[in-house]
Amino acid sequence: MATKRVVEQTFGVGAAGMESMTINMGPQHPSTHGVLRVILELDGEVVTDTKTILGYLHRAKEKHAEFKTYHQFIPYTDRMDYLSPMSNNTAFVMTCEKALGIEITPRCKYLRTLLCELARISGHLLWLGTGALELGAMTIFMWAFKQREKLYDIFEYISGARFTVSYMRVGGVMRGDYPAWHDRVREFLDGYMAVQEEIEFMLNENELFLGRVRDIGIISAQDAIDLGLSGPCLRGSGVNWDIRRDMPYLAYDELDWEVAVETKGDCLARYFVRMKEMREAWKIACQCLDRLEKMQDEPVNISNNKVIFPPKENVKKSMEDLIHHFLLASEGLKIPAGEVYHAIEAPKGELGFYLVSDGGSKSYRLGIRSPSFTNLQGLHPMSKGMLLADIVAIIASLDPVMGEVDR
Amino acid sequence: MSIYTEKMEKLHQLLTNKLREKFGDAISDILVHNDKNPEMSEITVVMDRSVVTEALTFLRDDPSFQFNFLSYLTAVDYLAMGRDVRFDVVYHLLSLTKAHRIRVRVPVPEDDPTINSVVGIWGTADFHERETYDMFGLIFQGHPDLRRILMPDDWEGHPLRKDFPLGGVKSFYFKRATNPHAGEPPNLVPRIRVQQSDI
Amino acid sequence: MELIAAPPTTAKPGTQEATGSLTIQAPENALTKTLSEALSYCRRNSIWPVMMGLSCCAIEMMGTASSRYDMSRFGAEVFRPSPRQADLMIVAGTVTKKMAPVVRRIYDQMTEPKWVIAMGACSSCGGMYNVYSVLQGVDEVVPVDIYVPGCPPRPEALIYGIMQLQKKLRQEPVHLFD
Repeated sequence: MATKRVVEQTFGVGAAGMESMTINMGPQHPSTHGVLRVILELDGEVVTDTKTILGYLHRAKEKHAEFKTYHQFIPYTDRMDYLSPMSNNTAFVMTCEKALGIEITPRCKYLRTLLCELARISGHLLWLGTGALELGAMTIFMWAFKQREKLYDIFEYISGARFTVSYMRVGGVMRGDYPAWHDRVREFLDGYMAVQEEIEFMLNENELFLGRVRDIGIISAQDAIDLGLSGPCLRGSGVNWDIRRDMPYLAYDELDWEVAVETKGDCLARYFVRMKEMREAWKIACQCLDRLEKMQDEPVNISNNKVIFPPKENVKKSMEDLIHHFLLASEGLKIPAGEVYHAIEAPKGELGFYLVSDGGSKSYRLGIRSPSFTNLQGLHPMSKGMLLADIVAIIASLDPVMGEVDR
Repeated sequence: MSIYTEKMEKLHQLLTNKLREKFGDAISDILVHNDKNPEMSEITVVMDRSVVTEALTFLRDDPSFQFNFLSYLTAVDYLAMGRDVRFDVVYHLLSLTKAHRIRVRVPVPEDDPTINSVVGIWGTADFHERETYDMFGLIFQGHPDLRRILMPDDWEGHPLRKDFPLGGVKSFYFKRATNPHAGEPPNLVPRIRVQQSDI
Repeated sequence: MELIAAPPTTAKPGTQEATGSLTIQAPENALTKTLSEALSYCRRNSIWPVMMGLSCCAIEMMGTASSRYDMSRFGAEVFRPSPRQADLMIVAGTVTKKMAPVVRRIYDQMTEPKWVIAMGACSSCGGMYNVYSVLQGVDEVVPVDIYVPGCPPRPEALIYGIMQLQKKLRQEPVHLFD
């Protein structure tokens, strides 16, 4: 391995026989993306063992779900992967819809797809900004945040909040899209690609950057599958698997896009996968926007008011709608007894909800399969034999979000 | 009948034949859920905990299933539903080559909360089993390092059990919870910044 | 203590009349302040926060520090990973019971004078997590100067919080030999 060779050249071949040293990293460390704690066992400068310590942000979301109605739980999903709340919202409400056996309207499908892809761009931009910052490139951080602010404006214009959106509802969305919003999204999408090209121009052939990520943190396809890695970490190792294509949900099977796959399995491969995913997300978003602009006359929510709130103006006029509104607000919607699992491809990987219902208006048990939690298991095999400074690059390429890891 | 439901029917048939033949009565049930919307149906296999490692290894290695990816491992506490056997350990399996999923449920009684670990079959189970132990108190025999993962090491109780309260747990960690500076030497106490107008 | 004594004079600085007299003259635009006030001015415009991003609010804190909102306009952009070099701890996010001793330890490691901003509902009072694992407000372990409400607060709100802290610092005397 390249790094081992470097160390042997620097410290001599016998360096391996020296006493090992234990170093604690985190939970308050600038490059651990929050409150991750890693205990590293070092031989000289080579990492021989890592222990990951989690739980510094355990907020008991699964326990909360047993005490909140389904609608009340939607805001909690925002704060799981707080870089892409739209995906979390979508995953949760789609689980409820699957349990209820509801089919959503085509316009809602495209709207959710569009928002999920914008959330993917937003999530990957933060990974890009902070990842590059940790490797010493401040400019990228500023550029990425400039684009993220534009995305926040878009989310704010449709949902009223910058990133804790709580926008999706079981059976639809909080409020439909409108032409002025389309113009904003169009404006963002028109300008975005140039920025990404500029960022790629800055990084792709930059020796300072490549030297920190090339051949660092290699994991084979077999190990990646065995450890349950998902998302860009799995595709970076050459596994051609994407839930959006292989188990299609929403409108992904009607759109034209490609799955990003790299074969090498190092940090650079994961970087390329994410960069390509952002391009594909841009492509999907453009197609969805084109279709949404023509769908303005169609309904966005389903008409079953036992599931979704009736429009406010109807509540003031119609007795039946008032009753539905009252029941939904006081009791919440009821999901028939049974169990259901639904997973989507969130920016970080497979995000799944396992819902057990006893027929009431609160979930009996809600298990959350969070991609970051599982992906973090890759840290141990990836960091073996690497240098201490490479750990920063490896954690950045795994891209864990601690809100999702600890839930 | 769409392609998806056909695929599910076929998988259900295969599971019934092969698992029943190999493990007999240890497979107590193979269910297909969601009659309301067959497009969204899911298959659940309920099995006895004595065969869990063999059956899951078989599901991973058999060429007609190829469940090479463990999506999710968790448990459910059925205390509030009043079931006889209190816990269920739930495995969600996924095949990356065949693109299908199943769920495996294994009942575990309260008085002997042990089950064999599947870390040897899928490495994914490492963190997930630790989390399940942490949250439910189920012992996974054969796990290399079964410690708490989310809660502090000296935490009492298992939070996701139904008899554990949501909030109001006394923070026994902080002797200084009410007065953060109690017991400190006075020069270490931060100055209390009162608004002074002597400028 | 007066830095520069500047008696009112009609003479223009630099002219024949001015150089002829013995009084020390300051230019017309000179500031006259006490040293304590000058130090207070410097202090409140160079508050360096420690990196204490715990959860969702950390993203808004980063947003405040980066291009659009640019916290450096208020002298507070130099995020220090080491608590020894910091004056301000912005507790951005949920403090769990597992994390609370760490927060307290980092607070203890900061050098005096030091201030704390509780950013967001979670660190102010526990927020939407009234649950077994979450500390109901960071003020259970460290003294808090400013509470910034919101879940998460917008960058404008955090900047307003910092300005409120500056206002508070304005009223606080600086003792040269403490």
